[in-house]
Amino acid sequence: MRATVPNPFDELMEHAKRLTDGDTREQIVASIFQTSRQICQETVTYTKQEKRYETEKLDRIFTSKIWGFPIMLAMLAVVIYITIAGANVPSSLLAEFFGWLEGYITLLFQQLHAPSWLHGILVLGLYRGTTWVVSVMLPPMAIFFPIFALLENYGYLPRVAFNMDRLFKKSGAHGKQSLTMAMGFGCNAAAIMSTRIIESPRERMLAILTNNFVPCNGRWPTLILLASLFMAAGYTGGWKTFATASVVVAMVVFGIIVTLTVSWILSKTALRGVPTHYTLELPPYRRPKIWDTIVRSTLDKSVYVLKRAVTVAAPAGVLTWVLANIHVGDTTVLAYSAQLLDPFARQLGLDGYILLAFILGLPANEIVVPILLMGYLSTGALIEVDGLHSLKQIFLDHGWTWLTALNMMLFSLLHYPCGTTLVNIYKETKSKKWTFLSFAIPTAIAIVVTFTTAHLVQWFGLL
Amino acid sequence: MNKREYTIALAGNPNTGKSTLFNVLTGLRQHTGNWPGKTVIHAEGFFTYKNEEYRIIDLPGTYSLYSNSADEEVARDFIIFSKPDVTLVVLDATALERNLNLALQVLEMTDRVIICLNLMDEAKKKGIVIDIANLSKKLGVPVVPLAARNKEGIEELLETVARMVHGEINTTPLVVAYSRAIEEKIAKLLPLVKEVVGEEYPARWVALRLLDGDTSLLHALQHHPHHFLKEGATYACHCAKSV
Repeated sequence: MRATVPNPFDELMEHAKRLTDGDTREQIVASIFQTSRQICQETVTYTKQEKRYETEKLDRIFTSKIWGFPIMLAMLAVVIYITIAGANVPSSLLAEFFGWLEGYITLLFQQLHAPSWLHGILVLGLYRGTTWVVSVMLPPMAIFFPIFALLENYGYLPRVAFNMDRLFKKSGAHGKQSLTMAMGFGCNAAAIMSTRIIESPRERMLAILTNNFVPCNGRWPTLILLASLFMAAGYTGGWKTFATASVVVAMVVFGIIVTLTVSWILSKTALRGVPTHYTLELPPYRRPKIWDTIVRSTLDKSVYVLKRAVTVAAPAGVLTWVLANIHVGDTTVLAYSAQLLDPFARQLGLDGYILLAFILGLPANEIVVPILLMGYLSTGALIEVDGLHSLKQIFLDHGWTWLTALNMMLFSLLHYPCGTTLVNIYKETKSKKWTFLSFAIPTAIAIVVTFTTAHLVQWFGLL
Repeated sequence: MNKREYTIALAGNPNTGKSTLFNVLTGLRQHTGNWPGKTVIHAEGFFTYKNEEYRIIDLPGTYSLYSNSADEEVARDFIIFSKPDVTLVVLDATALERNLNLALQVLEMTDRVIICLNLMDEAKKKGIVIDIANLSKKLGVPVVPLAARNKEGIEELLETVARMVHGEINTTPLVVAYSRAIEEKIAKLLPLVKEVVGEEYPARWVALRLLDGDTSLLHALQHHPHHFLKEGATYACHCAKSV
């Protein structure tokens, strides 16, 4: 029936098509722009000419071909330096406080004649896992993110995107990927959602698959901790912080290089195509409400960290404690699994416990180090972890060298995304294949890189 | 007693303080989700002013409404198909010229527009003086100066919104004059457009979009994006029909 009656809509479209020519859009846009300009000329006056081109002047510096990148790196270094320098004291204060509290909780359990397994699960598992996450994660996050938010609100972040745009284009990706990458510093799971700003499915997939290569919330502290314990060991005072910051910055830069390389390889193979054009608007620089920004982002992040600590770290702490205390023969399930993984892990310059911690840490990267510590401590005499100094001793007791620390940092930076992120990737792509690939590609890279590093160092006899 | 709820759309470029205004107006009475079938964030909220209920939809921040992207399509479709009682266009007073482009496009689509000239505090600091009355006269719709983050101008805005939903404000939106060639084509197309899509939609604007080769719009007109209407009887057009 329908086919016989000509559709009036189609007819209209046909009619319009006959009238139109190639540059109609340009003409329309030109008239609109012209009208806007005219209206402004008649309604807007500038009383401070020198302020009029402030943004342009600043942009000439911040997005300059020569200064753009050095300034970006310097900013990153300063942010990380402030984070590390500022987080040390509150971190150890919190750790001391929780240690002090644990003494009383243990006393309470003894008073109540609670069975030792209950004390084990609740205090040594749940309490320690949770308080670790809080004391190690909270201070750096409460410093890093407000600074980050300030830079964003000042309008610097779009300039970063502008600078990075060229690199991403060259690797066949979308310029906006640098923005989703920046989101990844906060949380990869949230960044996966933010890839929606990229229209083309191909480029969006690139952004999703490579987002994991920037360290998130849960991995910053691991990087900072290991860098300060092992990489900056030879320095003291301010230089120590500086050395730690340099190592962490190097890690971030390495992550970005991997992002670009993987994007490039994928855009030449599985996700072939030309990057689409887009206009990136550079909003004017403006001073944010400084206190508002700081207070809001600190609160946001604190709530976030605390929530994660309770929902993810607590159950994982319990699980790890249980695994470490169920005996099969004369060894525990945890120790047994670690032994099983050990030969492979050694090839990567790690050990069985580290790899096991990464596997058990799939739900959240925050809990990798606490699980690792629990694993280590369950094998030997139980030491009270009351500060960062004793931490290093635990690692050293288990045969760590700077190479172990370096490989763990690299593995942490490059390995598969956390469970939440994977769930989000599946939700966004609706594809099992791409979700699997976003697990497999980083994992393969992490294995190859750590394997190469471990063997190169041994080969050159650097250890 | 039939108490109706008014619908307000919030449009604007990114980085104009659109979300700040949305938060100031709604406080905690808001929720977010996805636009049906789209991976675009949908935020809506509610507020009460002088005992009347308002529902406000924060459209995605865009630079134009030419359906270059899902964001732009969502914003365009909402204004065209849901016919909000008022569309607020938030402009950055420190970058008026660039921001006006979007406002002019909205004015082509609906006459129930209020221009929110936001970031006035910032503009003042930069020595930018805007002749509000003249701007309002030129655009043919009310212009309200705001500094949303300091909550300045909100009362005047709410009052203007209330007057507009009650039909107390007559607007004569600016008609952008196009080149002679385009104007001629519009004139040729206009009768047919009115015949096919009816009086319900802004014919001149539809004609322009057709000349622009925007097939997605015609498709949408033909198949009435039901998800926009289905959401509930709260939409103005629905209420009118069901009464």
